[in-house]
Formats: sequence, structure tokens, C-alpha cells
Amino acid sequence: MQDQPGAIVTVTWHAMLREKTGRAQEEVSTRAATPAELFLELAARYEFSIPADSIRFAVNGEIVSSKDGLQNGDRVSFLPPVSGG
Amino acid sequence: MGAFRLTTEPIEPFRLESELENTVTGALVTFAGRVRNRNEGRDVLHLFYEGANEIASTEFEHIETEARSRFEIEDIRCAHRIGKLELGEIAVWIGVSARHRGAAFDGCRYLIDELKQRLPIWKKEHYADGDSGWINHS
Repeated sequence: MQDQPGAIVTVTWHAMLREKTGRAQEEVSTRAATPAELFLELAARYEFSIPADSIRFAVNGEIVSSKDGLQNGDRVSFLPPVSGG
Repeated sequence: MGAFRLTTEPIEPFRLESELENTVTGALVTFAGRVRNRNEGRDVLHLFYEGANEIASTEFEHIETEARSRFEIEDIRCAHRIGKLELGEIAVWIGVSARHRGAAFDGCRYLIDELKQRLPIWKKEHYADGDSGWINHS
């Protein structure tokens, strides 16, 4: 079976997630296939208490489905529940 | 420049309104959302807003497209403040021009409702008792 190569993506953290991680941005090497998988991976690392199903995902500046594919070099944002206006 | 902007500077309604001036629209409806002094029973001292600019601009374009397809809107401007805001300051401003008032009212209502649900902007309230917390609309 062919080993699937990992991707390096740039993750931007916002609001309560930025405070929890203590950083605004980081490069992450991952084998996650989707933004949702990547979030679960990082949520475990940082011990987030926020429910994963409350998070929306943006890739390269656009809100996407949790099941969209991740590519090497993607810019990924995890968007916790919003409160603008 | 698109219809939407995130800004660290105080929002100036008259300047935004002037961008909507023309001779074909009979109606201009504007909405200003201001920082209020109490939320859910707690005294608020000031607010901090954070926004993801690129994503917010793209998402606002989607909302604008939806609004234009639903209502006979002529033009739209929207500004959302980020950074520290004091009580009474304008956090968000929306202006909608249309030939007739119905579309301007409906369009403005649609834009603010969708904006609050969808744009990646986050509010942190700082309270009189020294506590602070991120607010969740959902």
C-alpha cells in the first residue's frame, strides 16, 4: 500500500482559539484529509474544550465544507462561533 | 473597493452614506449597531472585536449576492469595526439604497441578520467586575 504523503499547511487561530493556543499562526505537517480531521488532530494536541461541531472552516480565504480536501500549502482557519454585529 | 470593510478606525456614517448618493434611488435605509452598557445582566465597560478580514470580505460578497437576488437593491455599503470599542461607539454600519423603500428595508434586515450569523468576527466583552469573555451568537 502506498504511503500517502503528508501536507504542510498554515493554520491561523482566531479569538478564543488564538488565546488557547497562545499563537496567531503556525505551520502544521499533517496527514489529515479534511479541515475537520485536522481540527480534531490539533484539538487533541491543545486540549480544546470547545465542541468540534461548533467550528466552521476556511481554506485559502473562503469558508468551505468540513469535508473539503486539504492540499499542501493551504491556508486553513478554524472559525469558532461568531459574534459580530 | 468592495461594499464591505473591516476597520480599526471609528465608523463615519455620513461618509459611507455619501458613497450611496445618486439620483435613481428613492430610498436609503441604514442600520447602526452600537456598543451597549449591559449584556445578559452584566455591566460592560468596553468591547474588543476581532475579525478575519479576507474570509469576512469573501463571505460578505456571498451575502451581498444573495440579498441582490432577493430584493431590488441598488447599492450596499457595510463597515464593521475591529479592535477596542467604547460604550456607544458604532460596531457595525449598513446602508442599502434602492428605488423603493420596501427593498431597502428588507435588504438591510437581511444583510445584518446574515452578517451576525456568518461573518468571522468575534466579540469579547470586558465587564465592570474585571472579568471578560468571548460572546457566542449561536
